[in-house]
Amino acid sequence: MTQWPLWEVFVRSRRGLSHVHVGSLHAPDAELALRNARDVYTRRQEGVSLWVVPSAEIVASDPGEREAFFDPADDKVYRHPTFYSVPDGVEHL
Amino acid sequence: MSLVPYVLALADDALVSAQRTAWWISRAPELEEDLALANIGLDQLGQARSLLSYAGAVEGAGRTEDDLAYLRDDRDFRNVWLVERPQTDFGVTMARLLVFSSWQCELYAALASCGDPTVSAIAAKAVKEVAYHRDHARLWTLRLGDGTEESHQRMQAALDAEWPYVEELFEPVDGALVDPASLRTAVLDRVQSVVQDATLAVPTTAPVVGGGRRGLHTEHLGHLLADMQHLHRSHPGVTW
Repeated sequence: MTQWPLWEVFVRSRRGLSHVHVGSLHAPDAELALRNARDVYTRRQEGVSLWVVPSAEIVASDPGEREAFFDPADDKVYRHPTFYSVPDGVEHL
Repeated sequence: MSLVPYVLALADDALVSAQRTAWWISRAPELEEDLALANIGLDQLGQARSLLSYAGAVEGAGRTEDDLAYLRDDRDFRNVWLVERPQTDFGVTMARLLVFSSWQCELYAALASCGDPTVSAIAAKAVKEVAYHRDHARLWTLRLGDGTEESHQRMQAALDAEWPYVEELFEPVDGALVDPASLRTAVLDRVQSVVQDATLAVPTTAPVVGGGRRGLHTEHLGHLLADMQHLHRSHPGVTW
């Protein structure tokens, strides 16, 4: 038997949060991929919204290019928003 | 008239169907379908538990859900024949689920506004579960019916094999809160429209005269109960 295509599954755990990648599954088409995602990944009230994406459609960075891609950010400490003094009593910043 | 026979009939339909559906666990064609069928079986088991507990409470003889599930013999079960026969073909499972969940969906929707508050609450929760089961069966019926030549033939054979057992769902039951016959048109319309969308033919196989509501069963129920009840009967009161 030829195996069904692979899909990546993203779950939003509650309103206001982003969809987060939780894993993958096999399904013959998009409609059943969504159903399978519901059955495999939201059995314990994990989510309020689901995305499924064909794994073949995901463009990934090349592990061989990891240094060129990511190392230049190592010494750019000024890009972190840590140089502000936060007034007392300000929440949610 | 006592509610007990009616609530037991609905409980036994769900319980026996859950046990049959659980056969697929570890045997389904794909891991994802394994989980889907396990979820469906567990939904049915949950419905059975609620209904059995309530039947025991209304009966007033101190019988618990476990007493009713594990300590009755086949002649005391009131489920329809549709759910008790073996199912080892995926097409048969989907054909049966399409019929059974379509019937449960109409039934629970009607019971959700019936006069008994407990049955009404159980039904209101269950109707969302069985609507998903019905959709699962619909999607597979469409794909198998309108798939390859072999899948089309096997899905048609499965529908033809299940069809004789459909009519028993609409037979009168003592103490019914919803007249079974009143569900017939809606259930058959729903099933037939899926069958036609799947490029399949609505079967013309003649109905069998089932006796499940009177405690008369096929030889298969005894074997199912032996499997299901063995542990509890061999080790009374055993817990995990």
